[in-house]
Amino acid sequence: MNRNRTRLLGVPYIIWVIGFTVIPIFFIITKAVTDGEGAFTLSNLTAIFDQLHRKALVMSVSLALVSTIICIILSYPVALILRSSRFKRKSIILFILILPMWMNFILRILAMQMIISNNGIINHILETMGLAPLKLINTPGAIILGMVYDYLPYMMLPVLNSILSIPEDVIEAAKDLGSDSLHVLTRIILPLSLSGVGSGITMVFIPSMTEFVIANILGGGKIQLLGNIIEQEFTVSMNWNLGSGLSVTLMAFVLITSFIFGRHQEDTAAGFAI
Amino acid sequence: MTTKTLGRIYIALIMVFLYAPIAVLIVLSFNASRSRVVWGGFTLEWYSALVSNSSIMNALWTTFGLAFISALISSVIGLLGSIGIYSMRRRGYRLMLFATNIPMINADIVTGIALLLWFVRFLPLGFTSVLLAHVTFNLPYVILCILPKLRDMDIYQYEAALDLGAGEAYAFVRILMPQILPGVLSGFLMAVTMSMDDFVITYFTKGAGVNTLSTLIYGEIRKGIKPEMYALSTVLFFIVLLLLMLVNLPYDRIDLHKCLKRLKIKFFCAK
Repeated sequence: MNRNRTRLLGVPYIIWVIGFTVIPIFFIITKAVTDGEGAFTLSNLTAIFDQLHRKALVMSVSLALVSTIICIILSYPVALILRSSRFKRKSIILFILILPMWMNFILRILAMQMIISNNGIINHILETMGLAPLKLINTPGAIILGMVYDYLPYMMLPVLNSILSIPEDVIEAAKDLGSDSLHVLTRIILPLSLSGVGSGITMVFIPSMTEFVIANILGGGKIQLLGNIIEQEFTVSMNWNLGSGLSVTLMAFVLITSFIFGRHQEDTAAGFAI
Repeated sequence: MTTKTLGRIYIALIMVFLYAPIAVLIVLSFNASRSRVVWGGFTLEWYSALVSNSSIMNALWTTFGLAFISALISSVIGLLGSIGIYSMRRRGYRLMLFATNIPMINADIVTGIALLLWFVRFLPLGFTSVLLAHVTFNLPYVILCILPKLRDMDIYQYEAALDLGAGEAYAFVRILMPQILPGVLSGFLMAVTMSMDDFVITYFTKGAGVNTLSTLIYGEIRKGIKPEMYALSTVLFFIVLLLLMLVNLPYDRIDLHKCLKRLKIKFFCAK
């Protein structure tokens, strides 16, 4: 191929990247370091240390962390069970497990709301059994439940991919050399599946840290995550400078997280297409 | 017996967790009572109400149109872009890969806001701004589906074809295109899914007049959801199920990729 000429094919894409990825980021950073009159200021960036914003940040990070850990804990057994089962149509089970991912996400969260709301299905069942209703919705737990429900497939898929692709020979060899199941698990399966967990973390932790929809629907606006505060700055308070400042801070968090965990982005994307 | 049974129970529990909310939506779509917890008998009333509800139908067509057009544009730009990136030297290659990753790594809310701040300077918010935004977040998925195929393809066959007298365009269509096509196809499908599922970026870039399904439902949650929405989710679920089965099954059974290859060759090379 004539490299100089084929390289020209990339021009539309390069223009697109500059026009709709680079320039917008430039604008959000500009907005973040100026005030309403356009004068330079750092107050929108340091605003993250205000008590309200700091509380929201801590809440966002901790809810995202708990959700991610729960997703990892739930995913491993699925992968291990599928690996050891002799069930021929593993791909069908895999298909069933990730099918909900294709269902509109707002609809799914809405359904979750109907299940756990105060006069929802769980409480209705408890009532007919003569038990006291539970306060489930509008709690941090409800938000975590929503996040785990929404993002579990995104953890399950890469973990499954990495565990199912460990060659059986490696495990056989370990067993021949005297390893028991626990040893195989901790010394072979765990280390070889870490890349899957890493990309799972970027796909669960980052969206749940920046989430505002689940918190609005299942948290009832009572629990403020950083995403909620940013959204309100743009739709209610109309302080776009402060909103941009907080967004840039959030972007920094996201970049740090993905730098630590996300060195396998490409494999993941390929895995998604199945 | 024990571990095996335990394993099955565990998988079944996970499936209940993943499917219970969807099952609730499906059951409620046939519920004659407006209550969310009491069964009032079987009805198809909500399905007929759905078809005559113009705001839902409008949002539905906007969603589909947006998904299809944005996937098409991003597949074309993405295919050309991947070939361009593939033939770049090391430094350009790495730079472009980094730029491609930005919208994927970045939080949706940040991407949405950044696009909003840019769009308000030259464009009235509406269908066009949402379309531009969707192409922007679709492109990385398309590129990351095609690029590995380009890396794996056999360039020597192409060169051999050239040596044997094939024209460049002919050799591209006959030799390279069939090798890349599965990547383009899965990139297109990824783009459709991503576009249909997006809420956050659409929410920030859509302006007042336009609604996709996601933004319509979100707006209705506070007012209270109409039962037509349950009917809609049921229909959508089965459409998705059908589409995924159509896309997934032939891949194993008949070789879809081979069929397409033949089609393409017939289409491009009928001389």
